[in-house]
Amino acid sequence: MNLSDSKKKLALAGAVCGIVAAALAYFGNPANMAFCIACFIRDTAGALGLHSTETVQYARPEIIGLVLGAFLISAATKEYRSTAGSSPMARFVLGMILAIGSLVFLGCPLRMIIRMSAGDLNAWVALIGFVLGVGTGVFALKKGFSLGRAHLAGRMSGAVLPVLLLGVLILSLATTLLKASQSGPGSMHAPVLLSLAGGLVFGAFAQKSRMCFAGSIRDVILMRNFDLLTIIGSFFVIMLVYNIASGNFVPAFDTPGVIAHSEHLWNILGMYAVGFAAVLAGGCPLRQLILAGQGSSDSAITVLGMLIGAALAHNLGLAASATAVNAETQEIVSGSVPLNGKIAVVICIAVCFIIGFGNKRTEGR
Amino acid sequence: MMKEVDARGLSCPEPVMLTEEVLKSGNEPVRVLVTEPHQRMNVEKCAKDHGRKYTSEETEDGFAVMIG
Repeated sequence: MNLSDSKKKLALAGAVCGIVAAALAYFGNPANMAFCIACFIRDTAGALGLHSTETVQYARPEIIGLVLGAFLISAATKEYRSTAGSSPMARFVLGMILAIGSLVFLGCPLRMIIRMSAGDLNAWVALIGFVLGVGTGVFALKKGFSLGRAHLAGRMSGAVLPVLLLGVLILSLATTLLKASQSGPGSMHAPVLLSLAGGLVFGAFAQKSRMCFAGSIRDVILMRNFDLLTIIGSFFVIMLVYNIASGNFVPAFDTPGVIAHSEHLWNILGMYAVGFAAVLAGGCPLRQLILAGQGSSDSAITVLGMLIGAALAHNLGLAASATAVNAETQEIVSGSVPLNGKIAVVICIAVCFIIGFGNKRTEGR
Repeated sequence: MMKEVDARGLSCPEPVMLTEEVLKSGNEPVRVLVTEPHQRMNVEKCAKDHGRKYTSEETEDGFAVMIG
């Protein structure tokens, strides 16, 4: 099965993933979040006790399903390869940047598209930053950026993260060891088995289609190749139809309840950091999970970086707050990015420049 | 003389960028080594876009794409 050899198949893959995301939103995931990698990794970090923000703690089966789905489909289609050794610590730091930048914007690139499809104009503003970040990453690539070679590793190495996540799933289902939110976004979720199935399907289709939100824009800038953008386009259309049909389409900036804020500069800079870091790491947060599932220990390290970055974002007060309605006065309280978050984003961007222009390819031909 | 691009273990899009660079520099045959199946496909597509013929084979640690 190859989903990446024609634009029609790529569009089909995007549509299937869109249907999965819409279904999960319909069955209980936070509307306008549906399927957000950064948010769900943050929730999982909370479930593991890595941060103590009680409203965002839940071992999201979608994350586990994505990695397991990619693992199973890649093993079944002989694409599983256990590899490791391409600048793991730089990738860990890039993972942290992916999480911190996303939580300042309040969403990963996948959720940015979902928010755009729901009419959230803040996400359209953030898209500017994301494209500029990807563009800066492409510039670094053209200047010879490389994190070096990965090498074939012991067969079991690539299976460690999938097995660990399977363990998290078992713990969340069979014990009360993990934390689970009683209120807030962490308490809003589709039934566990549906979330897991959604993650498995999404993961399998993302693996076969090479779906990547940063890669899609990178390929357009670098090679005028629109293949990966086709997936994103069909995903967007499905979510747009769902949002209009369900009455969730509200074209506005300060919409309470959709977990977003209107600090435009920081929406742009947050997603700039994410776009830049994603190109340097070889893929967006979703793609990192998929690559980790198909055996890349380097991407597994990036995922661990995202987990720690997400925990830090809450422990150190870096994450933005969302626009909400004051329950007593019914006044709209605008969401904002705390000073710590602004400082963190500036540091993240500086680190991207250091990694992007400090690691040169030394061989290859 | 056949040129060789050893892109094994490199992250996307480096294998395609290195292939593109060599294909632009002349019409000599090129052998591109990659690790992942999707990288093989991307290199094949790159060769096709340049109007070049290619064949691929599995190697011990990945794939070799021969571009004529």
